[in-house]
Amino acid sequence: MDYKAVLKELNEKLGVETKTVFLREDEIYLKVNLNDFKTTCLTLHKVLLAPIASLFALDCRKDSGVFEIYCSFASAKCKKWFFVVAEISGDDPKFNSLAKDIYSASLFEREIKEMFGIEPYGNPDTRRLRLHSEICPEIYPLRKDFNKPPARGKAEDYVFNKVEGEGIFEVPVGPVHAGIIGPGHFRFSMAGEPIINLEIRLGFKHRGIEKLFEGKTIPEAINLSECVSGDASFANSLSFCTAIEKIAGITPSENTQMLRAVFLELERLYNHINDMGGIAVDVGFSFPAAFAQIVKENILQLNEKLTGSRYLKNVNSPGEVKITWDKEKAEAAQEALKKIYKDFKEIKEILLSSVSFMDRVDGTGVLKKKTAEDLGVTGVAARASGIAADLRKDFPGIYAKAKFNPVKQEAGDCLARLNMRIAEFEESLRVICDFLGKITPQPQMASNYNIKEGFALGYAEAWRGALTYWVKVNKNGVIERCKITDPSFLNWQALSFCVLGDIIPDFPLCNKSFDLSYSGNDL
Amino acid sequence: MRIIKNRILKGIVTKPLDKSFSLNEGLETTGAELKKIIQEKFSRSLHIREVDTGSCGACESEIISTTNPIYDIQRFGVSFVASPRHADCLLVTGPVSKNMALALKKTYDAMPEPKFVITLGRCALDGGIFKDAYYTEKGVANIIPVAFHIPGCPPKPLDIIKALITFLKAR
Repeated sequence: MDYKAVLKELNEKLGVETKTVFLREDEIYLKVNLNDFKTTCLTLHKVLLAPIASLFALDCRKDSGVFEIYCSFASAKCKKWFFVVAEISGDDPKFNSLAKDIYSASLFEREIKEMFGIEPYGNPDTRRLRLHSEICPEIYPLRKDFNKPPARGKAEDYVFNKVEGEGIFEVPVGPVHAGIIGPGHFRFSMAGEPIINLEIRLGFKHRGIEKLFEGKTIPEAINLSECVSGDASFANSLSFCTAIEKIAGITPSENTQMLRAVFLELERLYNHINDMGGIAVDVGFSFPAAFAQIVKENILQLNEKLTGSRYLKNVNSPGEVKITWDKEKAEAAQEALKKIYKDFKEIKEILLSSVSFMDRVDGTGVLKKKTAEDLGVTGVAARASGIAADLRKDFPGIYAKAKFNPVKQEAGDCLARLNMRIAEFEESLRVICDFLGKITPQPQMASNYNIKEGFALGYAEAWRGALTYWVKVNKNGVIERCKITDPSFLNWQALSFCVLGDIIPDFPLCNKSFDLSYSGNDL
Repeated sequence: MRIIKNRILKGIVTKPLDKSFSLNEGLETTGAELKKIIQEKFSRSLHIREVDTGSCGACESEIISTTNPIYDIQRFGVSFVASPRHADCLLVTGPVSKNMALALKKTYDAMPEPKFVITLGRCALDGGIFKDAYYTEKGVANIIPVAFHIPGCPPKPLDIIKALITFLKAR
């Protein structure tokens, strides 16, 4: 489908002409009046049948006296990312909320409100996400004129949604949890055994990464992107680097692209096996869990052997990967992966042949397809609920060379998510081996690029789901704005819907079957 | 049956499974040393409670790796416990985000005496890469007293074990 057909349909339905202000191979920016912003987004949402990929603001008051707001949609059919752009007056910043019509917009709007002080007019929920109200007053840190660290504000309690009725009680959990894991607060409302409401409050790890990006040079920013979510550091640096490559107008060689795909899939492998083990731990099935930990360790050690870093840090740079590649490395990888596959098959059989294990995961934590669509869920969680969305298929790039086969499940329960991981593990291994045979040895290359002023979207299918970086570079070659949309940001909501009706001991299981990032969500 | 077969095949997996993965030379001797110190100074067991105050997650992953069957730090007498009330030591990662400062303080206060705090990873020392962020406390030492720091971003499992030895020896 051609994007022009989409634009034609959009203009017909809207009755006004949208103005295309910027066009790149896979990005298109439509500028509208603020009054038409809401209807344009809603219409585009319906025409493309795509969820909101991201919704964010920009402070341009210094240059033009206005804020800008961007709403993006990914269209697999036209192989394009659509951005709807509008200007918001700097004096009385507000816009019409989309949240009542597109539920997934709600979180983004709350973020815009707390970070920029732009009012999403009509959004029923404007509680803060990350700057907890008991810690600091409203400070709008992403405004350009923000400079002072927040003073401790007056304690103001966060209001949880309350369920009332006879015999209903609440179970608060966190922020410090029992395991070796990030902090978050979970508030369960229970009626006897079943959970009837779960509210997840995050933001405990908020450090202000998006603000920290501003003013950074490109190499500094790459290091920072690797610390956004440590178990997806390669996907983060890859997304960031692709954005920079688009701005600088360079295309990495095919060899580099294949190497990157290998590392991205290795990252997926060690995390997926870790989750398979984690799911087993959470039902008290320790043998396969320990076994999976061994496999994870083997993959981490392979990573170290190939790149010098267990978590694939310090590998990416714009246009290049900063490592050498030779035949020995390819052979070592192939040999290691053979053993890993053998162990993986054993774990898979142990898990799927245990009746008591299957009894726990089958039918637990169902995320319905409709709910997943409304929430804009991405990645493994979406595909387990029957939504066929995968950036490796929708925007294949180098993956077309390996004839990547996306996998999908329908049931949406913990078993479906486990099966997704198993199937993706197998497919990733196949893709890696395919690329390993095609990559030619190369010495370490110097990354050679001239950064220009401009903006672009970088994206990658991280192991949790679609990860996007929208980056704007100013005329001094430093970052002006970097909007990170981590797959966890939308998927956390899904967790609170999927546990409804289940019992509290099933919660860790559901949680692990999603395995979302606290750090990537909180930024 | 498959489990039993595997158990026998894998044995007590406390050594590297495979020579091609043997980046862990010295684990056994290091571990024996750690065990000896813990035997002497903590009468057989050191209990650690871990708190994440805003790390990227890689440090947590490496701490968990020390408990996997390859390193298996538990056999040297170190265990990770679920409550600060059970802990001798608080292991803290991350630069301490403002939202976590109070939770960290409360966790520390909930620990019984004697107690000590170890920080792990670069950002826990002084904020590291997040030092200039508006929403961090620039390191754990600004909130609670810190006895020792394990450097790295993130430190590897064997480095964590070695660092523990260095610290406990001096104590």
